[in-house]
Formats: sequence, structure tokens, C-alpha cells
Amino acid sequence: MLIIGERLSIISTKVKDAILKRDKKPIQQIAIEQWKAGAHMIEANIGPAEDDGERLMEWIVTTIQETVPLPISLDTTNPKAMEAGLKIHNNEWGKPLINSTSLDPDRFIMFELASKYNTPIIALTVGKGGLPRDAEERVEIAVQLMEKAAEYGISLEDIYLDPLVLQISTSQNQAREVLRSIKLFQQLNDPPMKTIVGLSNLSNGCPKEIRPILNRYFLALLMYEGLSAAIVNPSEVIEVIKTINVITGKILYAHSYLEI
Amino acid sequence: MNFQIPKETYTGGVPEITFGKEKNFSFGGEFALPFYFFEGDFPNKPLIAFEIQDDIPEDYHQELSKIYSSVWDDPVRWAKFCESLGAEAISVRLTSTHPDSQDSTAYEASQKIKRILSDIALPLIILGSNHSEKDAEVLPVVSDVARGYNCIIGKAQESNYKTIVASALAGGHNLIAMSELDVNLAKQLNILITQIGFPKEKIIIDPMCSALGYGFEYTYSVMERIRIAGLIQGDSMLNCPMVADVGFYVWKTKETQATEEEVPQWGSLYERAVMWEAVTACSFLLSGAELIIMRHPKAVEVVKRFINDIFLST
Repeated sequence: MLIIGERLSIISTKVKDAILKRDKKPIQQIAIEQWKAGAHMIEANIGPAEDDGERLMEWIVTTIQETVPLPISLDTTNPKAMEAGLKIHNNEWGKPLINSTSLDPDRFIMFELASKYNTPIIALTVGKGGLPRDAEERVEIAVQLMEKAAEYGISLEDIYLDPLVLQISTSQNQAREVLRSIKLFQQLNDPPMKTIVGLSNLSNGCPKEIRPILNRYFLALLMYEGLSAAIVNPSEVIEVIKTINVITGKILYAHSYLEI
Repeated sequence: MNFQIPKETYTGGVPEITFGKEKNFSFGGEFALPFYFFEGDFPNKPLIAFEIQDDIPEDYHQELSKIYSSVWDDPVRWAKFCESLGAEAISVRLTSTHPDSQDSTAYEASQKIKRILSDIALPLIILGSNHSEKDAEVLPVVSDVARGYNCIIGKAQESNYKTIVASALAGGHNLIAMSELDVNLAKQLNILITQIGFPKEKIIIDPMCSALGYGFEYTYSVMERIRIAGLIQGDSMLNCPMVADVGFYVWKTKETQATEEEVPQWGSLYERAVMWEAVTACSFLLSGAELIIMRHPKAVEVVKRFINDIFLST
């Protein structure tokens, strides 16, 4: 499973401060920590980035790739910033990932960029009308997203369907719908569609000490359903990922399997 | 439309090991399952090493003694004799160090190794007596006198790997890691060895050998599983060349020892014994061994012809 480190997000005050001051050190330190903890890719979430988004994205992509040999998941709603990130990205260690598009027509430009730069893209199964109610509605949107992608000439293998994880504290029944979605999404194509989640949204708003518990157990269930990628805090979930890979037979057991 | 052979895509390759100083040989380095030439590159043929012992062997029966008894009182002469038979590598087993044999010291063993290394140009595999504690004493000393000769040292096992691995690392040697017929234990031992800082690219897995008719299929299937885990599932810890210590196991069997008088229905002892070793070795080549340690020159010749024939067909 593809592990994408979530910690470089504008939502974090530490990251936000560093971005405002253009201070490379904290950004690079977080990137290195995630790489060492097992991330295959680093998420750079700069939010809407309305002012000067292009230069900000360039700065953060270069800052990360100066210190870790990993590709970046580019997260912004600003298409210009997205394109700037795609242009400056060093593909030596793999292609970047566009985070994200959806069925909101304002976001179709992201499909255009994915096609132009030949990169994989996350497709959130939400429409303009608000949040999906259940797995079936998510599947319906997923199908429309797949059709849309085809219009832009994007291969289905380059799409990561994201069912949108919601907060357990306010939408408890949605956790189960997300699990069902992961299973159903894969049936939409052969080879199965790829799936992704932003895991920690599940425990958003929950007490700090129980957040990792919720995240870990949820990830185990998602992996059992066949999840292909997750945006996570790697050090929080790496044991879960290794253990589930052993239990499901993807990795050969050895007594020290957690140490490699 | 032409028929296209479906091809497996591999996530890894087996590292190539080159050993020896004056003369060296390489094995491993392939990127597909054994002899699947249509799926990946095979830069090297499997290598056969001739086994010698550091003293007069106690268990060499008729067919082996006919060939080696005139040279086996001196390991250097024995090694030279193997060289004259066309050996590409020598594997010396320090049998005399075993406590149940002569219990000879690490120093004595190291002096013999020193002589072999100065008189023989062929790459050398140095094996202990397979006594876990004694090997942990002997192999570090031997490894030290062989420093710079780029040998293969073995066998490190879970019960004794620490000192052996550390000395192989210091001596710049390659290492045989032996576990007991279990793919999970083979992986575990390699993890432990690499955690000391030994480079994974210099490990050779010995999944524990056996002889045809005597547990052969266990070794065979463990070898297959190791190759598949490494090459197809991308388990880098198991992407290592493998050794089959064939002669040691084959020449203990009844088929290589029983005389024609004892079992007349089995026919010629010579043919039977040679073929027992050759067939065991060829079969382990099919399950993925890249390095084979053998005893009888005629059996070696048969296996070499088998390897050359298969490589010719590509």
C-alpha cells in the first residue's frame, strides 16, 4: 500500500508559521521524519493559497525534495499553484500526485492538468450538491468521475478514488459506508480501481489520546477491504500496515518483520 | 495475430556475487525464476565448487576414496588436484575442528587456510564443521587470515551468527547464512545479519540441503518459495543467491555407499553414486540454487554439461 505522509499541511500551526516565514528547516525536518517512518510520498497541503500560490507551491516542493528522495502529493485548490508544483517537481523518484479533483465543475481543471502532465490524480467522490450519503451514492459519483477522466484521456489506472472519510464524532454511520465504498469502487473496473483515503479525518474533533486508536483500527479494516493508498501520519500507522500486510499474506512473516 | 507468451513481471533481482582474488568467479545476478531466459537476464551460469576437507576425511567411501585418497592427506595438494580436474572454485570444510573429530584448534585451521590461499589461485569457500559453538570460535580466526582474499565464509546460523558475521564483515568476505528448511526463518536470519551492518548483497542463503530420497523435496520447495518471495513478491530480504551443499548430504546416503554385493539389484555402485549426486544437484539448480558444492568429478561433469546445454538453448 502506498503511504503518503500527511503532516505537511497548512492546517498545522507549525507548518503554517514555517510557510509564512519561508523557513525551510521545520518543513524539511517533518519531511525527513515521515520518510524515515516509512512514507513513500510526501503530501504538501498548501490549502487554497490565493496569494502567491504558485511561488509557495514551488518553494515547498523544492524544499521537500532537497532533503528526501520522494515524490510529492500536491494538495491545493488553486490550479495555478498546482501547475507550478507539477512543473517544478523532480520526477526522479516517481511521479507527483494531484490532490484532488471531484465532480464539482470548478475542479475539472485538475483533470486537464493530470492529462497535460501525465500524472495520477485523486478523485473525490463528492459532487457540487454536498456530501454523499452512502456507499451507493459514492459509487454513482465514482462512475461519473471515471467517465469524465476518460474524456480527458486519463487512464483509469491513474485515478485514485477517494470516498471521503468523515468525522466519526459527527457522522458515525459514514465510517461503515466508506468501508463498503472501498470494496465497491474496486469492482468498477478490471484491473480494480485504485482507492485512497485521508485517514485522520475520521478522528478529527476527537480527544487527542484516542485519535491514533481510531485511525489505526480503521486503517486495518480499510486495508482488509483492499485500500491501495492512504494519506496518514506514517509513524502512527506503520505497525498496522506491516502487520496487516503480514496477516493478509502480502509480506512474508519473520519474527523481526516490524523492524524492516 | 501472433501468439504472445505471457510474461511475469519481476519486482526484484538476485544480486551478483563475485568472489576470489587472483582468479574470481561470479554467480547470481539474474532477474527471473531459474532458467526463465524468456523473462529476464541471466548474466552468469550457476557455479560448481569442488569440496575438499582440511584433513583426511573420515566418511569418504569407496567411490570417493578411489579418486582422492592419494591427495587427501594434504589440503593444498587436494585443492591442486581439483584444479587439475577443472575446478572453478574450491570449498574447504574444516571437518577436523569438530569436537567429535580431532577438535583441532582455530589456529591450526587458520594455518591450513593460509597455505591454501597462498598456493591456490581459485576462489575459496571456507566452511566450518557445522558445530555451532566451535564454528563461532574457528570461523572468525580463519576469516581474519583470509582478509582481502574475498572468500565465502559459512555457515552462520541463528545460534552463532554474531561473531561469524562480524568477522566476515571485517575480513571483507561474503557469507553463507543457513537456516533450517523454513522460508520465514531464512528471512529472519537475514534481517538479523543485516541489522549488524552486514551488506545484504553479500549474503548467500543456505536453506539447508538434503539428498534425493532423503528430504530432498523439503529443500526444493523452500528454495522455490524463497525465489518467488524475492522475485515476485519483492521481498528484498530474500533476494539472495542460494547455495546447495549437495556432496555433503548425498555421500551419506545408502545409494552412494552400498556395495554391489549387498544390493545386486541396484547395479553399478559407481554409476548409481555419481548419478545420485548429479541428479540431486541438477534438481536444486531448477529450484534456484546458483552455487553448488559437490564431491565427485564425474558428477560435476554431468551437471556442468546440463548447465551448458540449458544455456546453449537460449
